Amino acid sequence: MNCLVPLWLTLKVAAVATTGAFVSGVGLAFLLARFKFPSREWVDAVLTLPLVLPPTVLGYYLVVLVGRKGWIGQWLYEAFGISFMFTWQGAALAASLVSLPLVYKASRAAFEGVDGNLEKAARSLGSSEIEVFFCVSFPLAWRGILAGTMVAFARAMGEFGATLMVAGNLPGKTQTLSLAVYDAVQAGNDHLATVLVLITSFVCVAVLVASSKMFKTNYLKETA
Amino acid sequence: MKDKILPVLLLLSLAALTLSSTGDALAARELIVSAASSLTNAFGEIGKQFEEAHPGTKVTLNFGASGALLQQIDKGAPVDVFASADQKTMDQAREKSLILPDTRRNFVKNKLVLIMPGDARLPVKTLKDLTLKEVARISLGNPESAPVGRYAKEVLTNEGLWEVLEPKLIRGDSVRQVLDYVSRREVDAGFVFATDAAVAADRVKVVFTAETHEPILYPIAVVGTTQQKEAAQLFMDFVSSDRGQDILSRYGFERP
Repeated sequence: MNCLVPLWLTLKVAAVATTGAFVSGVGLAFLLARFKFPSREWVDAVLTLPLVLPPTVLGYYLVVLVGRKGWIGQWLYEAFGISFMFTWQGAALAASLVSLPLVYKASRAAFEGVDGNLEKAARSLGSSEIEVFFCVSFPLAWRGILAGTMVAFARAMGEFGATLMVAGNLPGKTQTLSLAVYDAVQAGNDHLATVLVLITSFVCVAVLVASSKMFKTNYLKETA
Repeated sequence: MKDKILPVLLLLSLAALTLSSTGDALAARELIVSAASSLTNAFGEIGKQFEEAHPGTKVTLNFGASGALLQQIDKGAPVDVFASADQKTMDQAREKSLILPDTRRNFVKNKLVLIMPGDARLPVKTLKDLTLKEVARISLGNPESAPVGRYAKEVLTNEGLWEVLEPKLIRGDSVRQVLDYVSRREVDAGFVFATDAAVAADRVKVVFTAETHEPILYPIAVVGTTQQKEAAQLFMDFVSSDRGQDILSRYGFERP
């Protein structure tokens, strides 16, 4: 088997998943950090849930929701012919859900760390809410958000349980690195497993090094 | 101070609980049986009846794809008895000297069937019909580790359909995952053993029985590293006894 196929697929799934988690995580974090409403902490708990729930539980929720006969899945399939089951999009959906709390938590903390007076000042100078977000809040919270997003990417790359339940384990289609390792070990193919494990470890180290490098240059620029 | 006492007490009681439960496990003799997924229901009952017939012995059942179970034993899992759904996996166990060859015997026979969700309306009657455009997804066990998948692959290859159907195939970890996919209607059809189809008769229907090249015979054997050869042998005898065979036949297994 070509080891580059699962590697490429893993990067694709993780990239799409992180994008999804980034957009929804940052948006929700901003709403919860800036607007006070009664059930705020309950919403916070639900958004953090994927971090603590076993991936199999999440997988089951997803199967019930977006499965071909699921509540949303049946409608999607009949109306648009879209199905998340056994597709790489399904794997991305599962990974996105699992890594959402990592982006959300980091972003909320980052937004709450932004000095509210700066936002008020921008508003007093006539900026709209959208301008305040993109020109003041987001740039100031950027470092914390980026840190969360990096961890989210790493988590999405390693997703196994929920992915297996939603996307199955189809070589070349939904078999990411973590699934390919599992498959190789089950079949007693220790040689292939070793190769895949080494590739995965190398990619993870590379992601970590890249992210720490990114932080360093940012830090130097800011202090210089 | 009061705040700190409660967690400490909780921890202590947890530790006490752990210690006492390991004590129990030592008192009763534990027999670990690794068996093919398709035996889940039948062996569950056999295990219970065996415990009744032999007080003091606790049967722990470990189900999975035969190939995966073989890998566990190969990596040193403390298993006493191994029952696989095919001869090939057991042959591999023998080649790696993982079983006691003298104890090996075939204990049941099974059939490979094609199933579809109970309410499916697709006009599938034969293997060839699986190439119809309406049949979008077909599930089978992973041929690398699940015997049910290898049997299905053999059948499809013999008919020259393997390559045509490959893009539609969804591989399951074990026969029970294939059964689950079909009963949830996530796939249009699937290859399982006749006995698995019978377990979910209210949700799936058997379309036809596939003719395999060789009869599907399940072998059972005592694992070489067992510390309780006698109890393991007793369990094997129980499976082959009239009582054991009665349970197996109730779940649709035939005598070999």
